[in-house]
Amino acid sequence: MSKILIRGAQVLGGEVQDVLIDGETIAEVGTGLSAEGATVIEAQGQVLLPGLVDLHTHLREPGREDSETVLTGTRAAASGGYTAVFAMANTHPVADTAGVVEQVWRLGKESGYCDVQPIGAVTVGLEGKKLAELGAMHDSAAGVTVFSDDGKCVDDAVIMRRALEYVKAFGGVVAQHAQEPRLTEGAQMNEGIVSAELGLGGWPAVAEESIIARDVLLAEHVGSRVHICHLSTAGSVEIVRWAKSRGIDVTAEVTPHHLLLTDELVRSYNPVYKVNPPLRTEKDVLALREALADGTIDIVATDHAPHPHEDKDCEWAAAAMGMVGLETALSVVQQTMVETGLLDWAGVADRMSFAPARIGRATGHGRPVSAGEPANLTLVDPAYRGVVDPADFASRSRNTPYEGRELPGRVTHTILRGRATVVDGKLA
Amino acid sequence: MMRHLISAADLTRDDAVLILDTAEEMARVADRPIKKLPTLRGRTICNLFFEDSTRTRISFEAAEKRLSADVINFAAKGSSVSKGESLKDTAQTLEAMGVDAVVIRHGASGAPYRLATSGWIDAPVINAGDGTHQHPTQALLDAFTMRRRLVGRDAGLGQDLAGKRITLVGDVLHSRVARSNVDLLHTLGAEVTLVAPPTLVPVGVETWPCEVSYDIDRVLPKSDAVMMLRVQRERMNAAFFPTEREYSRRYGLDGDRMAKMPEHAIVMHPGPMVRGMEITAEVADSDRCTVIEQVANGVSIRMAVLYLLLGGNDSAATAPSTTRTEESK
Repeated sequence: MSKILIRGAQVLGGEVQDVLIDGETIAEVGTGLSAEGATVIEAQGQVLLPGLVDLHTHLREPGREDSETVLTGTRAAASGGYTAVFAMANTHPVADTAGVVEQVWRLGKESGYCDVQPIGAVTVGLEGKKLAELGAMHDSAAGVTVFSDDGKCVDDAVIMRRALEYVKAFGGVVAQHAQEPRLTEGAQMNEGIVSAELGLGGWPAVAEESIIARDVLLAEHVGSRVHICHLSTAGSVEIVRWAKSRGIDVTAEVTPHHLLLTDELVRSYNPVYKVNPPLRTEKDVLALREALADGTIDIVATDHAPHPHEDKDCEWAAAAMGMVGLETALSVVQQTMVETGLLDWAGVADRMSFAPARIGRATGHGRPVSAGEPANLTLVDPAYRGVVDPADFASRSRNTPYEGRELPGRVTHTILRGRATVVDGKLA
Repeated sequence: MMRHLISAADLTRDDAVLILDTAEEMARVADRPIKKLPTLRGRTICNLFFEDSTRTRISFEAAEKRLSADVINFAAKGSSVSKGESLKDTAQTLEAMGVDAVVIRHGASGAPYRLATSGWIDAPVINAGDGTHQHPTQALLDAFTMRRRLVGRDAGLGQDLAGKRITLVGDVLHSRVARSNVDLLHTLGAEVTLVAPPTLVPVGVETWPCEVSYDIDRVLPKSDAVMMLRVQRERMNAAFFPTEREYSRRYGLDGDRMAKMPEHAIVMHPGPMVRGMEITAEVADSDRCTVIEQVANGVSIRMAVLYLLLGGNDSAATAPSTTRTEESK
C-alpha cells in the first residue's frame, strides 16, 4: 500500500487542506504537503468527508442473489461514497443465527469494496415470537451489535421489551421497523387524499407513530437505547422530539427518498414508487428535513432495497416494496438539505458518517479527518449536475425512483483504509 | 375522443355528453329487428377479465357483438400472479394475436392504467373495473339512466345533469362505482352526496367534489336519485359495522324510507343487489327502481364507448386521438 495525497480539498466543506494518507492511516493534514512518493488526487473545489456509513442496507445475500449480492451491493455502496454498510437480517435464510451473520460478514471481507457489518434478527425467522440467539450473534466473528426484524415490526410489546433489555448486556441496540401490523393489513400506500382517489389500501401514519410512542416508553422504562428505522411522518418526528427532551435514549433515521418524494407520485401507479414505509405528504417531507437539520433525526440511512425488474414491471398491488438508494443517497441529501441551507457539509458528515457509526458501534468508521485516524474517506464534487441513469448503477438492481431526474453532486473518490475503491467516479 | 378509457375523471363534460348522446343512438339499434351494426366488422376486441364478473363481461360482449366486432373472452380467475403469468405477458400475448382493443377487469387498482401507459401494448384499453379505483362505463350508464329519467330521452340530448341531486349510499370505501360516479356526476354538474357509516368513508374524502353525510333520513327528501351500493356481508367481520341487521336498519332502503323521497326520484343499484341488506324486496321490485334499465343501458353505453374509441371503419373521419388520459393523471 502506498501513499495518496488529496490536494486542496475542502475538509468537511470548510478549510482547504491537503490530506496525506500513508498505508491505512491518515498521516498528515495541512497545507502544502509534499507529494513525494504519493499518488496525487487533485481535489480543488471538492468536499472531503469521512467515509459514509449506512445503518440500513439490504444486500439480499444469501437467498436473493438475483437482486443483489454482497459483492454487487458493496460495489454500489463504494460508488455512493460508503465505506461501511450494515446489512439487514431479512435474507433467506434469515440472519438469526451466528452461522448466517458470519457468512455475510465473511462475504463482506472478501468483497473488499466496503466493510459489511451484519445486523442480526431480533426474533427467530422474523416471526416476532421467540428471541433469536442475540448473544451468540454478538459473540460471533461478525460481532453483531444492531438487531432488527426490519421488513417486519416487533409488534409484541413483551418481546420488544425483552429484546431491549437483553441486548444491554453487550451494548446492543434494537432497530425497530415501526409498523402496527393490524392497522396496515393490505396497505399499499400512504393513507390520505391520494389513496382515497386511487383506491389503494391505506398505510396510516398512526400505524408508525403508535409503535414509536410505545417503544420510546418501553426504552425509558427498562433504561435501554432504541433506534427507529426509516421514520416517515411529521407525527413521528414530534414523538421522537418529545422522547429526546425527556432524556430517553432514542435515535432515528430517515431515508433519502422520504426527504424528497411524496405520495403524489403514486398517481402514476408506477411501482418504482412503492416502498415501505410509503412515500408520505409534502408536510411530512418538510418536517423530516427540519428534524434532520435540528438533530431530532440523527442519521440518513438508505434502506437500499434491490428488487429484480419483474417485481416492479407489473401492476401496483403485485409489486415488491422498496427502492435502491446507495448510489443516489448523497446527491439527494445535497439537494434536499445542503442546497436548501438546512445542513452544511459538516452536518452531512455527522448525519451520514459520525452518527451512524456511533449508533452501530462501527469501529474505525465515522472518525474525524485528522492525523492518525483510519483513512476511510469520501471525496465529493458538489458542483456536478447529472441525470440519473440506472444503467450506470453498480447495484444488480435498477429500481430507482430517480431515473431521468437531475441530481446534484458526484462521489469522485472513495477510500477504504487507504485503498481507493472509487477513482474519478469509477469503481477501482 | 381520448385513446383509452381508464377513469371517469378523465372525461370532460363534452366528452361525457357525446358518449351519452351516442348511446341514445345505439339504443335505437336495440329496437330494430336485427340488432346489429357493421361498424367494427373485422376488428378484434379482447375481454380480459382477471376478476369474476358476469354482468359486466356479458354487457361488453353484447355491445361488441352488436357492433360486429370479433370477440375473444379471456377469463383468468384469481390474479395474474397466482397464475404465474404476469399481466404484461398476458397482454402482450393477446396483442401478438392481433387484438385491436382490450377491455380489462382487474382486482388491482391501477392495473388498466399500467396497461395503457407502460408501453407494454399499443391497443386502446377500456377499464371494466379495477380494484377499488374506477369503473367508468358503470358511471356512464348510471348517468345515462339518470338523464333519461330526470331530464328526458329526447329532451336530454346534448344536456348534462346540472343541478340534479344524487345520493350514493353504502360502502364508499371499497367502491369503484362510487369513485367513478362522484367524478362523472360532478363533471356533469350534479350535486352529489355520499351516505355511509364513517367506517366506510375513506380517509381523504374531504377533497372529493361531493358532500358526505352519516344520516340517510336527512338526505333522502332532497334527492332526485338514490343509488344504493352493495355491501358485502364479509365487511361485518372486519368491524366496519356491528351486525348486518344494524347496517340494514341505519343505512338500508325500505318502503318507509323510499316514501320520504320526492315523487319523481328514482332508486338505482349497480347490482348485484343484496336483498334484505341494503335494499328491501319491496323497493327493488318497485317501478321507481331502475336496476333492469341500468343493465339495458349498459349495453348502449358500452357500444358508444367502443364506437367512439375505435372509430369504426371510417376512423379517418373522426377527430385525431389525444393522449389526454396520460397527461391528466
